[in-house]
Amino acid sequence: MSFPVIQISSLSRRFGEKQAVDQLTLDVQAGEIFGFLGHNGAGKTTTVRLLNGVLEPTSGQACVLGLDPQTEGPALRARTGVLTETPSLDERLTARDNLSIYADLYNVPRADVPGRVNSLLTEFELAERADEKVGGYSKGMKQRLALARALLHKPEVLFLDEPTAALDPVAARHVHSLVENLARREGCTVFLCTHNLVEAQKLCDRVAVMEHGKLVALGTPSDLTRQYVKRLDVDLEVDPSQMESALQILQEYPQLVISPPKQEKEILSMTLSGRESIPELLSVLVQRGLRVYRLAPQEANLEEVYFALNGGAQ
Amino acid sequence: MNTRAIVAIVRKDLKVAVQNKGVVLPMIILPLILFVIFPWIMAYAPSWANAAGTPFSNMDEILSRMPVGLLNELSGYTADQQMIVFALVYMLAPMFLIMPLMVSSVLAADSFAGEKERKTLEALLYTPTTDRELFAAKLLGAWMAAVVVAFLSFIIYAVMVNAAGWHSLGHIFFPNWMWIALVLWVTPAVAGLGLVVMVFVSVRAQGFQDAYQTGGLVVLPVLLLMIGQISGVMYFSLGLVLFVGLVIWLIDVGLLWFAGKGFRRGELMTKF
Repeated sequence: MSFPVIQISSLSRRFGEKQAVDQLTLDVQAGEIFGFLGHNGAGKTTTVRLLNGVLEPTSGQACVLGLDPQTEGPALRARTGVLTETPSLDERLTARDNLSIYADLYNVPRADVPGRVNSLLTEFELAERADEKVGGYSKGMKQRLALARALLHKPEVLFLDEPTAALDPVAARHVHSLVENLARREGCTVFLCTHNLVEAQKLCDRVAVMEHGKLVALGTPSDLTRQYVKRLDVDLEVDPSQMESALQILQEYPQLVISPPKQEKEILSMTLSGRESIPELLSVLVQRGLRVYRLAPQEANLEEVYFALNGGAQ
Repeated sequence: MNTRAIVAIVRKDLKVAVQNKGVVLPMIILPLILFVIFPWIMAYAPSWANAAGTPFSNMDEILSRMPVGLLNELSGYTADQQMIVFALVYMLAPMFLIMPLMVSSVLAADSFAGEKERKTLEALLYTPTTDRELFAAKLLGAWMAAVVVAFLSFIIYAVMVNAAGWHSLGHIFFPNWMWIALVLWVTPAVAGLGLVVMVFVSVRAQGFQDAYQTGGLVVLPVLLLMIGQISGVMYFSLGLVLFVGLVIWLIDVGLLWFAGKGFRRGELMTKF
């Protein structure tokens, strides 16, 4: 059964004149991968800090795993893991030292420390260079080590701040599958701060979009695309001999097709005014004698939602 | 208090610090000069001067300015012996305090400002340590290292002084009670002073070097003590050492209380 592990109510944080987080209210359910989207400075990192009791809010409340971050910070942080935006590793120490020291800080049982450290080093493909200083690591290796550190104490809630920002596609895919495994198999709740919209679309059950510290949208990726992206791109494939006729017919229905169709090989691409136009368009095409092989809507993605929310200026 | 976490932070800070040449080199060079080379130079200076036909006539001049208490301490010695005892027992006493001061401030600069420069503090702030544990661990590592290094320096110095002065004095003359009080009572206090001053400096510093340079001003009181002693205004008697120690401990307690009050994760996150 799903229950909220993060509850945020009218949470605000101001730094001088800058309102970093403004009246944020949302819940995150147990086992959910929750995407927290927004451009740089939107308030994502500040929110993570507030939820872990590392920063004090100017007003409002938060409750994580039933604990108040402000008054029960240490108990809370023992059950959460955080991957910070920069890896925040001691580069003069080896990977093994970095993990061992944090295992002590997270109170991992002493007897379990060597085994836990070794298994994480192996899982993140760092075992061969475990005893080298981290300063000589690539960005991707550092990021993987920082992620391993965040998982040392098997946190119930994992906060990831731009986890794949420095990673190559292969390493990023590895992180994605790891995050999915953590959430789906181990029931870990993941709070994923990102501006990688493809990543959010792929991984997240629900997303929140932040702008200038304010929550501007919240829902599942498909809910948000339905809500914010009113137009719909479709591909139409008809009998190749009827391509000219199809173009003429489409131009007669400007209320349905809101951009002139473009012919790409044997396919016509166009934008409809919305999902509701599909049955009507199909009916018209069939009634006019066209042999329709395919009328395929292109699912809108979070990128379009994001740009729609940001005023379409981008 | 979670002692395991405190020990882990101390271990981390010291491990990181000893890999920094800017931290380690002063800790090797200064004791080498002050506590190994200097005793031999001072112990043989009168012989070299006599051999060159330029006896230490200005020693009488220096001693004539000294307080009566110090003159009484030196009264049983020959002129050459007085010069050795004065230089190695009294003149170097305030300079010895530079050692714990320097070590604690260098380590504190690396621990606070260095951590800020390396951007490693944030991960530490997300651990389950309390603010008090974090503060204690950060101070404890630098303080313990400073005291241990100072104690070791003292032992090395004691051996060197007696070995170097043996040809002239023929017996063990170091340490006296003043030095024992200096090492056991004043040294930990001075290490604490270097530490808390550096905590305040590190908040505004851009990085390790910046903090270390600004925090270096903390040696000024020690230099004043040295000048005071050479000019004959005062000398390092047991009473003075106990009094100086008490004053520094009181300053430490006040500054620690003040620094501890402002040591909040949130403050660190915004300032560091």
